[in-house]
Amino acid sequence: MEKQKLVVIGNGMAGARLVEEVLARGPGDQFEISVFGDEPRGNYNRILLSGVLSGTHDQDDIYINPMEWYERNDVKLYAGVRAIGIDRRAKTVYAAGGHLVPFDKLVIATGSVPFVPPIDGLYDDDGSLREGVYAFRTLDDCENMIERTEHVKDAVVIGGGLLGLEAARGLLTRGLNVHVVHLAAYLMETQLDSQSGDLLRDTLEQMGVTFHLEKLTTDILGEDRVTGVRFRDGSEVDCGMVVVSAGIRPNVDVAKISGLNTRRGILVNDDLSCRNDPDIYAIGECAEHRDVTYGLVAPLWEQASILADRLTGRNPNARYYGSRVSTKLKVMGVELAVAGIKEPRDEQDEVVTYVEPGQGIYKKLIVRDGHIAGAILLGDGMAAPRLLQAFDRDEALPEMRAEMLFPLAPDSVGTDIESLPDQTQVCNCNGVTKGQIVEAVNGGHRSFKAVCDATRAGTGCGSCKPQIQAILEFAADGLVAEDPSANYYVPGVPMSKPELVDAVKELELKSVSSVFEELAEGREDAASKVGLSSLLRTIWGSEYEDERDARFINDRVHANIQRDGTFSVVPRMYGGITTPAELRRIADVAEKYEAGMVKITGGQRIDILGIPKEHLPDVWRELDMPSGHAYTKAFRTCKTCVGTDFCRFGLGDSTTLGIDIEKRFQGMEMPHKVKMAVSGCPRNCAEATVKDVGVVAVEGGKWEIYVGGAAGANVRKGDVLCVVDSPTDVIKYMGRFLQYYRENARYLERTYGFVERIGVERIRQVIMDDLDGSADSLDTDIQSSVDAYFDPWKEGEKPVHENQFVSAPVAVSG
Amino acid sequence: MMETKQTSAQTYDLGPVDQIPPGEGRQINVGHIPVAVFRTRSGEVYATQALCPHRAGPLADGITGGGEIHCPLHSYKFDLETGEPIGNECKALKTYPLEIDDSGNLRVTIAKSKARAGLDPASGGHK
Ligand code: SRM
Ligand SMILES: Cc1cc2nc3c(=O)[nH]c(=O)nc-3n(C[C@H](O)[C@H](O)[C@H](O)COP(=O)(O)OP(=O)(O)OC[C@H]3O[C@@H](n4cnc5c(N)ncnc54)[C@H](O)[C@@H]3O)c2cc1C
Ligand code: SF4
Ligand code: FES
Repeated sequence: MEKQKLVVIGNGMAGARLVEEVLARGPGDQFEISVFGDEPRGNYNRILLSGVLSGTHDQDDIYINPMEWYERNDVKLYAGVRAIGIDRRAKTVYAAGGHLVPFDKLVIATGSVPFVPPIDGLYDDDGSLREGVYAFRTLDDCENMIERTEHVKDAVVIGGGLLGLEAARGLLTRGLNVHVVHLAAYLMETQLDSQSGDLLRDTLEQMGVTFHLEKLTTDILGEDRVTGVRFRDGSEVDCGMVVVSAGIRPNVDVAKISGLNTRRGILVNDDLSCRNDPDIYAIGECAEHRDVTYGLVAPLWEQASILADRLTGRNPNARYYGSRVSTKLKVMGVELAVAGIKEPRDEQDEVVTYVEPGQGIYKKLIVRDGHIAGAILLGDGMAAPRLLQAFDRDEALPEMRAEMLFPLAPDSVGTDIESLPDQTQVCNCNGVTKGQIVEAVNGGHRSFKAVCDATRAGTGCGSCKPQIQAILEFAADGLVAEDPSANYYVPGVPMSKPELVDAVKELELKSVSSVFEELAEGREDAASKVGLSSLLRTIWGSEYEDERDARFINDRVHANIQRDGTFSVVPRMYGGITTPAELRRIADVAEKYEAGMVKITGGQRIDILGIPKEHLPDVWRELDMPSGHAYTKAFRTCKTCVGTDFCRFGLGDSTTLGIDIEKRFQGMEMPHKVKMAVSGCPRNCAEATVKDVGVVAVEGGKWEIYVGGAAGANVRKGDVLCVVDSPTDVIKYMGRFLQYYRENARYLERTYGFVERIGVERIRQVIMDDLDGSADSLDTDIQSSVDAYFDPWKEGEKPVHENQFVSAPVAVSG
Repeated sequence: MMETKQTSAQTYDLGPVDQIPPGEGRQINVGHIPVAVFRTRSGEVYATQALCPHRAGPLADGITGGGEIHCPLHSYKFDLETGEPIGNECKALKTYPLEIDDSGNLRVTIAKSKARAGLDPASGGHK
């Protein structure tokens, strides 16, 4: 059978989604697919642009389908090529650059264009928005705005709708003074009533946004550069950039030029075909269906799936009946969800409200015939999921309306999963339903990672991950598979850590390259080198054959690489104690080598930042202090408090013990970094309970040892491993624990994850009760690592390779 | 053997290959063009632009393996041979032909026009 030609105009969220849905319905040879995309890139998740602007997402993280995806699936992408018109008789699309592409079926998914109100001074001579004025629609817009924020102090956002407020919040996070200008009397007037609009304004004002309501902008000021805006009443606001966010208009240009029927959008029937051409379809924001155009993603997921069903013949009778839409404002620090109508239509509509102005809480429910017709939830994220779900499903409400506004107990995700209908959208960033996740699980994707890869759920903002996990557990019925590769110690060698350790010992593999040779069919894997070198060093100690290229740069030059390619230098200060002479040397070095900054770190020592690689050996020599290992996965510091020597509450000599600990374990290689602290009394000024290993002196000359504490990306109070009578015992059991951690933790597993995984009970059995009979060997092994200590900064004097600290060995004249 | 092939390209002697430890890379400035030169464990040599198109990380300080270079700052991956990005949307790295001559010296070939226009390795961007 001859392949049908399917052409898509628009490579945005709707267009690309349709192509995916068509491919997913296979077989692959039904269509020859071509896509025109005006934007010169793959396909990305537009709704995450707000995250890119506010810095929570990196722009590279928001791609749904990068360029390779199109190649892989044999989809011809005309990236950066604008379709100009359609010759409907010849069934051909013509596009910029002279492309003529024939079609059997054509889908228009050209989205919307920002509406830009008539304002003087907006445009350059060539008709484009002038520099300093931005719309907020594309990744390009977003990049340009971010670039601009680095050069200006004040920004004006024209438009106080959903998008305008998200833009304002983003600019605020980037440190600008932000003014929002809005024509209506209150914010987001299409979704909110005046009371909630005012409350939202209060909340945002407290965050630092300035509002100018009921103002019509007439002029952008400034000759070469934008300097401000003027309103109709003559008042002005100074600013260096303007973001226009005054609404969107369906992009019907191509359709209109080609004689398709349009009104606000491109008019489509329930089968999504155009009114006057059955072979041309329109979906997404450019389509107008039953008098409605949409500005959100949920409807387009539905449309793409229905159209794919029709095109592929999977369900030739599939129809689209319209969508019920609800949305959330993605503004950090504000919880706002809205659905349906905002005011009652007539007296029959029942209105339930609850307001707590002081707390910024406003909840409103409009009920019609026992169902939700509209809802506004401001300042309370807890009630939103349940309520939006009832709205989406058009559920009958309970008699007690309050149950909807005040969830009795925080919804435990688990219990609710079963009753969730299949079409409930779980991942809002990628439009993935519960049904799709269940299907993927039934199709054999039984691990968390496999499900996410298969459906793309959870790969956007990530807030739905707990729900995905719950659905996985529910659907897999106790058969949740651990991803085999999730258990590999490193990605390039298919073995868990215990298997790998056994093989390494048995085959006596002492170098990273020999591991690739023997255990990975000779395939060297860059992403596995660092993990392997850490493991081999722990296994072989001084017998380890050290291949320097297997180390991360920090460990090749014993300093921490900075964003500009220079390095930071953190010398060791045992227990956080220093001397005037050391401080003087630090000051001299910092001056002589023009350090970018000298800083007291969070680890009770001093960081000298911004040192070029080639100066490291000189800096170390002149400091004449040992390495603090602040750059590597190893024992880092032991913080102390002033303890019995000075403090009136001191119960144990925490400073001396801290110094002893640091001298003993300094530089010791670990699966991840290990930080310690010793406090002289339970007031715990050294924060020992949130360290990987912490020690607290208690009444009666005793010491508590805590393990698995954390206060970084995760906060966890450590578990008490034991209470001992002397500093000697502290060091003994601490050492045993460290060696046990070194041998059993996964690479890059901090103690907080390790202790939780193994359980402190089990660890106590090994360390304290010696149930495994391993205590002696743990003690011996840790001692031999202690004996192997060598200050790596000595390599400054005796480099392992003549060019170890050289960045550009030769300069060749050109 | 090492004559410049086109009038617009020129070949430069970068000195002995041994100056680069096996498996590692070093940045070598050819005139005002910073070039990252890599020597893999299996003995191949490659030359690419020195700065990562993502955020200008020093690629020569990255990790090589399996024909790839992983940038030291955020671990973006690139193919050493072609410069193509792997799993990211960055622009491909510029690559320069690099050979080892009979006396064990590295010889890199750089097009003249590149020598001028090419000196913009920090400008990232997407295809
Ligand atoms: C310099 C310092 C910040 C400061 O100015 O005070 C610092 C700087 C960095 N920290 Fe930290 N951390 C510093 C104290 C801390 C602390 C507080 C402490 O040590 O008491 C914590 C919380 C405790 C903890 O470790 O959990 C901390 C939690 C982190 C984390 C989160 C770890 C986690 O799993 O929770 C990371 C990221 C990581 O390790 O993957 C991190 C990573 C980093 C890195 C190494 C990021 C990197 O890979 O480049 C930073 C290096 C900056 C640079 O360019 O030099 N840093 N970092 C502190 C050095 C302490 C020292 O003297 O050694
Ligand atoms: C900053 C921001 C935040 C948002 N947040 C949310 C949110 O939280 N929730 C939500 O539901 N929605 C949100 N949206 C809206 C959502 O992004 C849109 O509803 C969705 O992108 C619409 O998809 P589409 O495919 O119809 O249009 P688009 O995604 O805009 O895609 C249309 C594509 O067609 C291309 N194109 C146009 N004309 C041509 C032509 N002639 N030839 C070739 N290509 C052409 C365009 O370049 C564009 O890439 C947000 C939008 C923005 C801008
Ligand atoms: S918190 Fe730590 S990792 Fe984050 S920016 Fe500061 S120093 Fe860097
Ligand atoms: S700078 Fe290279 S990965 Fe970020």
